[in-house]
Amino acid sequence: MDFLRPASWEEALAAKAEHPTAVPIAGGTDVMVEINFDHRRPEYLLDLNRIGELRDWVVGEENVELGASVPYTHIMEHLRAELPGLALASHTVASPQIRNRGGVGGNLGTASPAGDAHPALLAAGAEVEVESVRGARRIPIDAFYTGVKRNALAPDELIKSVHIKKADGPQQYSKVGTRNAMVIAVCAFGLALHPETRTVRTGIGSAAPTPVRARDAETFLNAALDEGGFWDSGKIITPSVAKQFADLVAGACNPIDDVRGTAKYRRHAVGIMARRQLGWTWEQYRTDGGGTGRTLEGAA
Amino acid sequence: MATTGSPTGPGAPIGAPTRISQGSQTKGGIGESTLRPDGVLKVTGEFAYSSDMWHEDMLWGHTLRSTVAHAEIRSIDTAEALATPGVYAVLTYDDLPTAVKNYGLEIQDTPVLAHGRVRHHGEPVALVAADHPETARRAAAKIRIDYAELPVVTDEASATAPGAPLIHENRDDHHIGHVAHPNIVHRQPIVRGDADAAAARADVIVSGDYVFGMQDQAFLGPESGLAVPAEDGGVDLYVATQWLHSDLRQIAPVLGLPEDKVRMTLSGVGGAFGGREDLSMQIHACLLALRTGKPVKIVYNRFESFFGHVHRHPAKLWYEHGATRDGKITHMKCRIVLDGGAYASASPAVVGNASSLSVGPYVIEDVDIEAIALYTNNPPCGAMRGFGAVQACFAYEAQMDKLAAALDMDPVEFRQLNAMEQGTLLPTGQRVDSPAPVAELLRRVKARPLPPEQQWLAAGEAADVRALPGGLSNTTHGEGVVRGVGYAVGIKNVGFSEGFDDYSTARVRLEVINGVPVAVVHTAMAEVGQGGVTVHAQIARTELGVTQVTIQPADTQVGSAGSTSASRQTYVTGGAVKHACENVREKVLEIGRRKFGTYHPAWATAELLLEGGKVVTDGGEVLADLVDVLEDEAVDLELEWRHRPTQPFDLRTGQGNGHVQYSFAAHRAVVEVDTELGLVKVIELAVAQDVGKALNPLSVLGQIQGGTIQGLGVAVMEEIIVDPKTAKVRNPSFTDYLIPTILDTPTIPVDVLELADAHAPYGLRGIGEAPTLSSTPAVLAAIRNATGLELNRTPVRPEHLTGT
Repeated sequence: MDFLRPASWEEALAAKAEHPTAVPIAGGTDVMVEINFDHRRPEYLLDLNRIGELRDWVVGEENVELGASVPYTHIMEHLRAELPGLALASHTVASPQIRNRGGVGGNLGTASPAGDAHPALLAAGAEVEVESVRGARRIPIDAFYTGVKRNALAPDELIKSVHIKKADGPQQYSKVGTRNAMVIAVCAFGLALHPETRTVRTGIGSAAPTPVRARDAETFLNAALDEGGFWDSGKIITPSVAKQFADLVAGACNPIDDVRGTAKYRRHAVGIMARRQLGWTWEQYRTDGGGTGRTLEGAA
Repeated sequence: MATTGSPTGPGAPIGAPTRISQGSQTKGGIGESTLRPDGVLKVTGEFAYSSDMWHEDMLWGHTLRSTVAHAEIRSIDTAEALATPGVYAVLTYDDLPTAVKNYGLEIQDTPVLAHGRVRHHGEPVALVAADHPETARRAAAKIRIDYAELPVVTDEASATAPGAPLIHENRDDHHIGHVAHPNIVHRQPIVRGDADAAAARADVIVSGDYVFGMQDQAFLGPESGLAVPAEDGGVDLYVATQWLHSDLRQIAPVLGLPEDKVRMTLSGVGGAFGGREDLSMQIHACLLALRTGKPVKIVYNRFESFFGHVHRHPAKLWYEHGATRDGKITHMKCRIVLDGGAYASASPAVVGNASSLSVGPYVIEDVDIEAIALYTNNPPCGAMRGFGAVQACFAYEAQMDKLAAALDMDPVEFRQLNAMEQGTLLPTGQRVDSPAPVAELLRRVKARPLPPEQQWLAAGEAADVRALPGGLSNTTHGEGVVRGVGYAVGIKNVGFSEGFDDYSTARVRLEVINGVPVAVVHTAMAEVGQGGVTVHAQIARTELGVTQVTIQPADTQVGSAGSTSASRQTYVTGGAVKHACENVREKVLEIGRRKFGTYHPAWATAELLLEGGKVVTDGGEVLADLVDVLEDEAVDLELEWRHRPTQPFDLRTGQGNGHVQYSFAAHRAVVEVDTELGLVKVIELAVAQDVGKALNPLSVLGQIQGGTIQGLGVAVMEEIIVDPKTAKVRNPSFTDYLIPTILDTPTIPVDVLELADAHAPYGLRGIGEAPTLSSTPAVLAAIRNATGLELNRTPVRPEHLTGT
């Protein structure tokens, strides 16, 4: 196994072009586990740790550009206001040691349905900036996950950053595991209210072959909130609407039975999380007047 | 003036006069919370565990294990592996050097390397030694094994079905004569009184089927060791184990070496909990070292560790209890089926424990009990903290709550009404002849104030999710959360039982070094984290009046210390150290009398002690300095020590004084359950335990807290999941075999009683296991209390709480 250590982004792209089978490694929290277990034996490892810009982030007008290697700890500490859903998700990632090393780029590269960041990215709305020697492009997050542990990257492309829409309303994120910390998701759910566009977005983790949005549930809720004048009145969402939303979210799951939980439980739990999060986010929207950028962050 | 030495005698009232010594005090004796000599090293990461050992020119051993649970091995082709550069040896069954090719704790049914057949997933088939661990792994992957898969036996029905494949054909062990089927390892019934007649007197009868999942010891330091070939043809083995001499007895015959040519030294042990009672890499490393003539190190990774040691027996238990309207238990019937997996390991002893302790800490005169262990193609199961008593406690405590509910009685009062006490006759016919404060332990945990309700609420702030089920996973802010409270109490035996000669050996030397009297304590006790190294020094200080104590590394150059298990080491090896010290002291006093006896009449008349480096009278008068008594003479004794003998259980009736001592703990669990998501947060686990005498109070607390958490683990998360169709392990990693983190650990208030057992050294009671027993059923009871669900299996998973 050859260990490639490019000193710059350009060198990294060149190396990836030359060795398309090279596996990029940054925090190593996923790749090293795979190697230690002998689950994969890449011909080349492409070490991205010398490329400082991957650990930078920029808060812009509309988006946060989050470098692929920004550790979860930094997201929790510095981007809670702008990316509340992702900050909550970051809290649930493994242990403090792993959060100091791992970043969203790794979650995206691995594209496991159990990756903690995915539901938050789906709910917030994001684009993944990828680049190769052929040029750069942005992949909408909805189009990024193409199958179980597969993504839309071309073999010569590397993930540079994620452009995540800054929160314009309350966001929530929950993850079910059978331990109170340091646990892989049995299932996860993220919800973001977008008062500026008067829409909601969702993200489901570990309950389908890929991370997915519950689009029917979003469409239903968008219509219900619009027709009922909820965005203007800020009145309490009727339980029947919340229930139907939760049922539709559960219906968007396509889970499996595995050692971590049953398909039936996953569907059930995602529905519960959806109903609760709708309650939490809407309550915050109502009481904060919405759109102020203030967020609850689950009191974590 | 200071108080030191022996405590007030058993039964003396509080405030009774104690001996007052006026000479000088020996600091760091028993009863003090002296600090562990290895504590700082372990906390700072500098402690050398067995996996940290290194030797020049050493090779790395690797074990190739079966990928299927049950198969005939048609052929093994090692040619390609052997041809790999860097590979020094590849060994299979055919390379074993002697006629002894099996090992085992009691029944020698476990092949060193598989012979023609594998019986469980992960069974060792071949060994590789190479100059790099990666090379060894890669070479092992090139070994081609042709398996012809056989049908698997995974439970009682499939094990005893007509035509069931026999896991071990041609059994000739001493249990085969009294089992109904060759796939049953051992059966122990206990019959006393007339359960059927007593059932007729019952006003209420409750019964239940219970399931206990397979728990792993999950010690943090995986199996590892280093074998160094010696010039005399022998081998020096450095290894993390629980019982050096038991290992030695099993290793030497396979190697074809006399026991004195296999010199074993205990290396840094990262936890054990029963999982190191059986051999793992010991013989393998020695075989490779002797074959290659080079030191060979083997270190399992976590994945391999799940296959490298036995687990706690999963169990299916059926219980029936009856009670009269006034709350007296009339009778108990039970049947306990333990899954021993493919090899016997400690199954027979686990059966004996499960059977003899199945009644729990209660007075029940009419019982009909049966416990069996099966041979199956599941992973082998054997010793784990609690050893058969854990599974039974989970079931009988659920039964106690059911009975109390049926009688509309308070579950604690109901238990207290039926609690055993000193003098109670057990179903085995053995009388409990030391304190058994069962009712008092329950009273203490119940009397504690409950933790405040809804601790996640803070005035004016959002919910503190850390106090809620799901924690920082942010699954609830209080929605669906219901509190529950549950109680449980258990009984565990201390020491090896059923007539086993459960002795220990200690060598103690007292001499003057650089003008200071120093005691050297040498035993073969495996320090696995329990704190024996601390306690032995405390005992030596108390008995010999010296401050400086050196604890020699544990090895086989001294006699057996027995196993570090069964809550026995402080009792038995502590007893041996005490015994050796007492004899050394007598020798020292003889020397003193010879040298100085004419100078003071007290040498001849008074009871003399060693304290503060001096010979003192029991009145505290100083007669001589130890330095002057000993001068350049050393007193050095190696002695064995035994506790009271036990008897086997009658194979038909289960009668017999089978156990040495009993240990009791009670728990109250307080849980918050997210009833919609099925997630549990244990808020508090209050414990009360009688320890007889706390030789090191801080270590006692650590044991009780640790046992409590291990019990919590199997209540809500810990389970090795075996596929019932293939008998393959589905979660051999810490990714999917979950053990509690500190965020899963509740507040654990501990109430320690010290009611001396007059038969035991210092009155102490073995403590390591009892807290593991009652923790699990207390948590289950609390979850039942919160949810109203029956919950007859542990661990409880979210699916069980949500009906999904």
